[in-house]
Amino acid sequence: MAIDVKDYLKPHVSLSMAERLNLVRRRFADESHIVVDQEAFKKDADHAVLFICPAQVFKLNEKAGTCIINFEDCLECGSCQVARRYTTWRNPKGGYGVTYRFG
Amino acid sequence: MSSDRFEVVIVGAGLAGVAAALTLARAGVEVLVIERGDFPGAKNLFGGILYSGVLAELVPDFWEEAPVERHIVNRRWVMLNEDSQVALDLKSARFDAPPYNNTFTALRSKFDRWFAAQAEQAGALIINETTVEDLIFDGDRVAGVRTGRDDGDVLADCVILAEGANALLSEAAGLRQPMSPTNRVNAVKEVLALPPEIIEDRFHLEGNQGAAIEYFGGAVKGMVGSAFIYTNRDSISVGVGCLIDDYLRTKTAPYELLDDFKAHPAVAPLLRGGETVEYATKMIPEDSYNDLSDLYAAGVMLVGDCAGLVNPSIHHEGTNLAMASGVFAAEAFLEAREKGDFSAAGLASYRRRLDASWVMKDLAHYRNAVHFLRSNREFVDDYPRLVVELIRDYFTIDDTPKADVRRRLIRKVRDEVAFFRLVRQLWQARKTLV
Repeated sequence: MAIDVKDYLKPHVSLSMAERLNLVRRRFADESHIVVDQEAFKKDADHAVLFICPAQVFKLNEKAGTCIINFEDCLECGSCQVARRYTTWRNPKGGYGVTYRFG
Repeated sequence: MSSDRFEVVIVGAGLAGVAAALTLARAGVEVLVIERGDFPGAKNLFGGILYSGVLAELVPDFWEEAPVERHIVNRRWVMLNEDSQVALDLKSARFDAPPYNNTFTALRSKFDRWFAAQAEQAGALIINETTVEDLIFDGDRVAGVRTGRDDGDVLADCVILAEGANALLSEAAGLRQPMSPTNRVNAVKEVLALPPEIIEDRFHLEGNQGAAIEYFGGAVKGMVGSAFIYTNRDSISVGVGCLIDDYLRTKTAPYELLDDFKAHPAVAPLLRGGETVEYATKMIPEDSYNDLSDLYAAGVMLVGDCAGLVNPSIHHEGTNLAMASGVFAAEAFLEAREKGDFSAAGLASYRRRLDASWVMKDLAHYRNAVHFLRSNREFVDDYPRLVVELIRDYFTIDDTPKADVRRRLIRKVRDEVAFFRLVRQLWQARKTLV
């Protein structure tokens, strides 16, 4: 099939995080492989895990000041634990978590 | 509890683990590779360049059968400010013939699967969907691994840890220094689908030729890190990677940095029509040579990213160091097996092999690179910006006499650069970065 060059002159559009995550096959475990020490999180003025996580796994519960962990969205880089040791990150159980198509 | 026993158990089917498995299997060693993904490569990621010198020794003429994407004939290093780019562009016909400058783009989900199959054909056993949760110790000797499976203990004469940048087992066992925001980069990457013809036209390539473009300075907002665009066969890989410490310091989210990079006026035209087909992230180790542990102990060796074997300089090599370390660990095991001694002393030839090779020579040479950039931030922030501005302004046509332009630019440099500081920094940079 011939390529229509015009199709490839349109600007590339960045996806939303939800759209990005939907591109990655993930098999969800029942139990979270990430744990946050909530008291330590509350004391972290920057709430660093909220922005350091490339998959936005962590959300702020505004009312309680606690950290919500959407572990199903985790892309398994481990940066959260390195950034803040109040995060405990373990490898998901074998066969669970992400499978990259390209890598 | 029943326990299986192998001569060697390797944790992780990435490039380092599989290189070790392949070398061991060919020597007739009973080797088991334990991989937590659905298949080797399922959870593996890199920016996109496979440096293949070691691979070509393991599998001669691999490019004829391996699922690599393109061989890199064009390398470009680009400095950005907010509106302009200045680039150094290297394109060589020498890179267009075997062994192709040992530089290929690849996609790990495909490549690692193929590479692991080579090890399997040589006799290695690879078991997928299995997470190693702990090391088993016998006294202070590593004697095996505990997996998440029922009856999941596996004993071995030697365990090779090839668990990747997120070095949980190695760290927990005290076999390496703790991971920290200053020795770990976070990288995010998108794969954008584009037809081969569009890629070849857009990046001035023919056939299987590829381009690798690295961006510095304003591309990563003056953080220690870089951005990149690599051409695959029918996609391009676009990403950014910076020290976690710099993300924390500037309160920047990796995906925001990526979006801003993609929107830069010098970058956006290269991405036109590209449809995002994958979003991925990983950490990259930038452990300084100064901080490396022995990388071996009784019954255990560390290879690849978990050992910290990534060249943190502008060369950004990792894949070739990973494979080399895997081969050296395998050779050290074979030597230990001859003597029947898998103690730390018995495995010490692993480190000696690394030290005698280009791997540790390079890591030793660049041992202060990251520290230098962190303590001389002008090199990632002010200087690249200034260079771009000077060159932009020098070539700005507004009917000002050139003599006036020159005077203005010299004044600008004098205003913005502390001369003796720069001289001292360049002297240090010569030794740490070049």
